[in-house]
Amino acid sequence: MADEKDRQEIIVAEFHKKIKEAFEVFDHESNNTVDVREIGTIIRSLGCCPTEGELHDLIAEVEEEEPTGYIRFEKFLPVMTEMLLERRYRPIPEDVLLRAFEVLDSAKRGFLTKDELIKYMTEEGAPHSEMAALENLPRKGPLGKTM
Amino acid sequence: MGSGSSTRHHSAFQNAERTFKAAALIQRWYRRYVARLEMRRRCTWSIFQSIEYAGQQDQVKLHDFFSYLMDHFIPSSHNERLGEFLTRMFTEDRFAQDSEMEKCSDYESIEVPDSYTGPRLSFPLLPDHATALIEAFRLKQQLHARYVLNLLYETKKHLVQLPNINRVSTCYSEEITVCGDLHGQLDDLIFIFYKNGLPSPERSYVFNGDFVDRGKDSVEILMILFAFMLVYPKEFHLNRGNHEDHMVNLRYKYGFTKEVMNKYKIHGKEILRTLQDVFCWLPLATLIDEKVLILHGGVSDITDLELLDKIERNKIVSTMRCKTRQKSEKQMEEKGKANRKSSAQEPIPWFLPQSRSLPSSPLRLSSYKAHKTSRSSSIPCCGCLDGRELSRQVRSSVELELERCRQQAGLLVTGQKEEPSRSASEADSEAGELQKPTQEEWRQVVDILWRDPMAQEGCKANTIRGGGCYFGPDVTQQLLQKYNLQFLIRSHECKPEGYEFCHNRKVLTIFSASNYYEVGSNRGAYVKLGPALTPHIVQYQANKVTNTLTMRQRISRVEESALRALREKLFAHSSDLLSEFKKHDADKVGLITLSDWAAAVESVLHLGLPWRMLRSQLVNSSADNMLEYKSWLKNLAKEQLSHENIQSSLLETLYRNRSNLETIFRIIDSDHSGFISLDEFRQTWKLLSSQMNIDITDDCICDLARSIDFNKDGHIDINEFLEAFRLVEKSCLEGDTSECPQATNAKDSGCNSPGAC
Repeated sequence: MADEKDRQEIIVAEFHKKIKEAFEVFDHESNNTVDVREIGTIIRSLGCCPTEGELHDLIAEVEEEEPTGYIRFEKFLPVMTEMLLERRYRPIPEDVLLRAFEVLDSAKRGFLTKDELIKYMTEEGAPHSEMAALENLPRKGPLGKTM
Repeated sequence: MGSGSSTRHHSAFQNAERTFKAAALIQRWYRRYVARLEMRRRCTWSIFQSIEYAGQQDQVKLHDFFSYLMDHFIPSSHNERLGEFLTRMFTEDRFAQDSEMEKCSDYESIEVPDSYTGPRLSFPLLPDHATALIEAFRLKQQLHARYVLNLLYETKKHLVQLPNINRVSTCYSEEITVCGDLHGQLDDLIFIFYKNGLPSPERSYVFNGDFVDRGKDSVEILMILFAFMLVYPKEFHLNRGNHEDHMVNLRYKYGFTKEVMNKYKIHGKEILRTLQDVFCWLPLATLIDEKVLILHGGVSDITDLELLDKIERNKIVSTMRCKTRQKSEKQMEEKGKANRKSSAQEPIPWFLPQSRSLPSSPLRLSSYKAHKTSRSSSIPCCGCLDGRELSRQVRSSVELELERCRQQAGLLVTGQKEEPSRSASEADSEAGELQKPTQEEWRQVVDILWRDPMAQEGCKANTIRGGGCYFGPDVTQQLLQKYNLQFLIRSHECKPEGYEFCHNRKVLTIFSASNYYEVGSNRGAYVKLGPALTPHIVQYQANKVTNTLTMRQRISRVEESALRALREKLFAHSSDLLSEFKKHDADKVGLITLSDWAAAVESVLHLGLPWRMLRSQLVNSSADNMLEYKSWLKNLAKEQLSHENIQSSLLETLYRNRSNLETIFRIIDSDHSGFISLDEFRQTWKLLSSQMNIDITDDCICDLARSIDFNKDGHIDINEFLEAFRLVEKSCLEGDTSECPQATNAKDSGCNSPGAC
């Protein structure tokens, strides 16, 4: 029992360090806060893959009572740790991703053109603005090739 | 397909739902992709920046150390030779300076051969000459030394007439363009002129310092800028940057000094001497319409524009170290020793143990904590100590320094104090000689050239750079209010977008060297001030290659470059890393956890980088989260071994300067006994090698010392010292490259030790 607890503590300690590192990359003023708009990037770079809706909920959890536009590390840490421990919002497995592309590729050509992809991304799914940046994506080759 | 209902409506609905889900899934994935790219981009940036600043810091330390020794131990006849030595250490080139500085350039005596096809200048310069220079340099021609010196001579004549603060009015020219750091990147300058237009009476320019160092065309940039300044004196303005400073130039391995010496083998030193003069005559700031203040670094809570207007700016030859006018120091120079008044509040060099420095002086000795007004640049050394006492202290200070090398680097700052300027009380016996600035004057200039803005209020020492302090939005506000200014334009810091506003848009950083760290690392920018002085920013990236790459490819390229630099740094600390790893491996299994790896690496390198994020790039996948550290270090070494490394080894450098070995010997022999103890030798060598990014284990140094001690009496005398280097020469000539200096973990003596070459 004690061993299990120790192990858990070690894991948590390691998570804490990881989260702190990622947070600090965006803490430009070195005062343990980051701009709320960067929270999504931090969470995703740590391996969690929430949807925009889920992300909004998370932000609501870590924001101040009166939103300041900044998120403090003290509030972020426990929420993020929990997310990692529970393995919430796991990234999508490759085969599922592949099938998603196949769904969009109704003509079964094995690829999507850039325009088609942009159209789907901007018109379907959840609303967002950064999908326009898909321009930067290299053209996807035959499905099955990882980017 | 859908099951159940056969209506088309229903299956169409299900189809749409599937599409929606698929798209949402892909969006989720894509967002993660972008987030990871962004994280990589930021980490890469941190790597570059932290390595750059840490490197500066190291070199400041080393420079301080030698300067201090120079001041206090070497009889004055050796000063010049040591100056040469220092120069060579940093430029790896022969650069014997005459002890007399020639005040005027005798360029007229330099013959220009008929075969010379480069641009020829005649004075007074015409706009066409300046334009021709640009074209010539674009075609990779080189300006002949005679014209270089002529131009510098004329430039200095012009600069001497200028005030410390250029005052510019927009009613004379229609537009003003302000450019930031160029750092020897000629492509960027050419691009700016191409895109924005050449300077003219209708088109004013202000170049905000740091024209040289790091890039490879610093000379050409200076020629162009000076030429336009002479042609359009009312419209073309230059501010001094912290790199317009021969001491700073020396510090860079790929710096300006080296560039000049390489391009001008015969007249290089004369050009550099003249430039030293020209640099210190550059104006300190430019003021537009009394509303917009442009200077290179930043401001402080004591920045006093009226004082700055009045000082003799050429007295501040270098912001790196400066002899300021102080009673005690003058006496020090005259007598070289003597215990003087304790009332003299002298700053203490960083490496002296604080407690033993001065007799009963009410100094604020908390310099090792970040203190509000402390300054981290190298401050002139203190003076009031007995020679022998100092000697003892320096020796123990070397020990202290080695200890400190292993711990968190403290501030570089020596004791901070506000000393009232003593200009009135000083009866200057230095008539005819360049008078030295007061402490306060020097500090004002250092602030302007070195400071960086920060988000928090107040002032804070800049331990990262090793020079200057940070200043907060309240400091900016105070200054703007005091002088009724609208905003501040400064440079000094590289920004990913080439510019950045801060302090409530009251401070604009403008940086004009694109791809500064690496191709694709950042944009450059310049700012045009329109009517009502509203800023209009133009960005660019002067490299066509980057435009054809995707964002991911661009980021990967820059990232790879950063990682390479980082691996080099790791390698340079191999032996320290090994001992740190061993601390985490109590059972001597040869394995440590990845978490311990991160902690160990940070405690050795002090770069403040997100090691866990970088881990996957630096460490190959390890079984169950454990790392075999010895083989990891070995792999690092394998990557690094190259001819270049060998050539830059400390031994090679010293060997090339063997005519100064006697001086080196005297430095190490701090108690003037005529012998160097193995200990002294070891300590000094360790310090030198750690600063020059060469890893030498303790064992290696001991071996080296022992092997030099031919008669095995535990001491090295000057003859043995010289003999060792004669042997080095002999074996190097024999091409025995297999044993050339490399830094690896030497297991037994004899393998790969630097002395074996």
